[in-house]
Amino acid sequence: MPKPFLSIERLTQQYPDGQGGTLTVFENASFGIEKGEFVCILGHSGCGKSTIMNILAGLAEPTSGVVKMDGFEVSGPSLDRGVVFQNYSLLPWLSALKNVTFGIKARYPDWSADKVEAHARDFLAKVGLEGDVVHRKPSQLSGGMRQRVSIARAFANQPKLLLLDEPFGALDALTRGTIQEELLKIWSGTEQTVFMITHDIDEAILLADRILLMTNGPFARVAESVEITIPRPRSRTEIVEHPNYYAIRNHLVQFLGQRSKELAGQQSGDAEQSPDNVRIDMTSAEKVEEDIAPPPLRAVND
Amino acid sequence: MLGNLSINQRAAVLSVVMLVVGLLIWEAAIPAQKAAEELTEYERLTGGGAPKAGVPPPSQVIAKAWEQLSNPFYDAGPNDKGIGIQIGYSIYRVLTGYLMAAMVAIPLGFLIGMSQVAYKAFNPFIQVLRPISPLAWMPLALFIIQDSEASAIFVIFVCSIWPMLLNTAFGVAGVRQDWVNVARTHELGPIKTAFTVILPAAAPTIVTGMRISIGIAWLVIVAAEMLVGGTGIGYYVWNEWNNLDLTSVIFSILMIGVVGMLLDSAFGVLQRAVAYAE
Repeated sequence: MPKPFLSIERLTQQYPDGQGGTLTVFENASFGIEKGEFVCILGHSGCGKSTIMNILAGLAEPTSGVVKMDGFEVSGPSLDRGVVFQNYSLLPWLSALKNVTFGIKARYPDWSADKVEAHARDFLAKVGLEGDVVHRKPSQLSGGMRQRVSIARAFANQPKLLLLDEPFGALDALTRGTIQEELLKIWSGTEQTVFMITHDIDEAILLADRILLMTNGPFARVAESVEITIPRPRSRTEIVEHPNYYAIRNHLVQFLGQRSKELAGQQSGDAEQSPDNVRIDMTSAEKVEEDIAPPPLRAVND
Repeated sequence: MLGNLSINQRAAVLSVVMLVVGLLIWEAAIPAQKAAEELTEYERLTGGGAPKAGVPPPSQVIAKAWEQLSNPFYDAGPNDKGIGIQIGYSIYRVLTGYLMAAMVAIPLGFLIGMSQVAYKAFNPFIQVLRPISPLAWMPLALFIIQDSEASAIFVIFVCSIWPMLLNTAFGVAGVRQDWVNVARTHELGPIKTAFTVILPAAAPTIVTGMRISIGIAWLVIVAAEMLVGGTGIGYYVWNEWNNLDLTSVIFSILMIGVVGMLLDSAFGVLQRAVAYAE
């Protein structure tokens, strides 16, 4: 079996627990992401989602294990892996436009200033920011607009992998809805591989090709990989009509509400922890009910 | 009547009223010299007719100010130079010492702010050296440098270094990790990160330190020049005191205040230029 584009291999993160022992957040976690895939990861707070994200971004080092992208081991931050942070992380002394050109200049140092600006305006326009508003400082923008700028900055750099760390966590539900659609719009024209953390089940179903489900920590693991069998293009109002929507949603709710706890705290021993693939498709003739049943407690590596 | 005016206009009216009332009280409080004819014989015998040195009334100070400011750059020998020349010397010394201090304090502050080790290593020295009155360095400076001009500049250097150093270190250490992460994910090198992210992020704190430093430097230069003598506004004050010319003393005190205010407001402008809202 060929290695996926992004391959997370036996990732382990431990911290000292303050009493001389160690606290294992997750252990031997392994999963892959294909090129062009949009993958969301869902799990309760404290299960190590953000840690995985920081390791993928190169901002943190795992205790052990490796991350390989395109066959090369990831080490340290890189322009190949763009990040959209939850708190936008715009530089407050720069205008929206300058925040985007800041990224582009770092990515394409030999571009002319005109080309950089045109590229930046292009991507800001894709998230609906045009005209004088691009000259405003982040403090003069609403939360939704700030996150749009942050998304434009990340997409403008065309990284091989885009990491979104709960990008809409701080936004109200209505704003979140519009920006989700804008994110889909800006994403659909590209071959961009996206890995996104979220707490919002509906958001994950709307956006993702695949959802990774994490059990609670300590000894959290990526237990399941749920394929979203709803065809694109999707819209918020239409996907709820799809026969697979509630089946998938119920499966996710049930996992997060119950099984994430039941599966928590199991040590892996030395086994690699790969997620079980789950495919729920109510449209096909034979319903693969058995796949929805709880998988064996320990994933067996194929 | 005042109701129609803006807050600024009302404040300006009040300021002018306070100034006029203050000057009138001052003017009225100075007893006039009695004319010679009114003196009793006893007073004349005991020297009562000679003009007494007293605190001058504001009218005399204003006349003096007019006279000095209408020709600020005259130079009639070592002890008789225009106020403009004296202030010029002081500003030159302050800026020289201050800029030298900035060149040391800001890079060093960056280092201390970015590195825990450097912070802990430098901290004991800073804590001991910082509370020393800058003038206490004067004898040592005079002995080692053997030049009064350079010693005065050295004293300015010493007194302006601390607020800049500490504020730079504080500002740099307090830069939000998110912004540093933005630099890291954009693969900016350490120098580029320092100039494009940390410097603008810490600039408001650094400029606040620079503003405190220039204020202290201007306080200290007066005292330093009283000690080293020769030229400068501090020397001018002391020289006029020796001449018992209190009108000039009061005038030069006011000039010290005005120049200090101008220096401070220049940094106020700079501070507004680098400020940002989160």
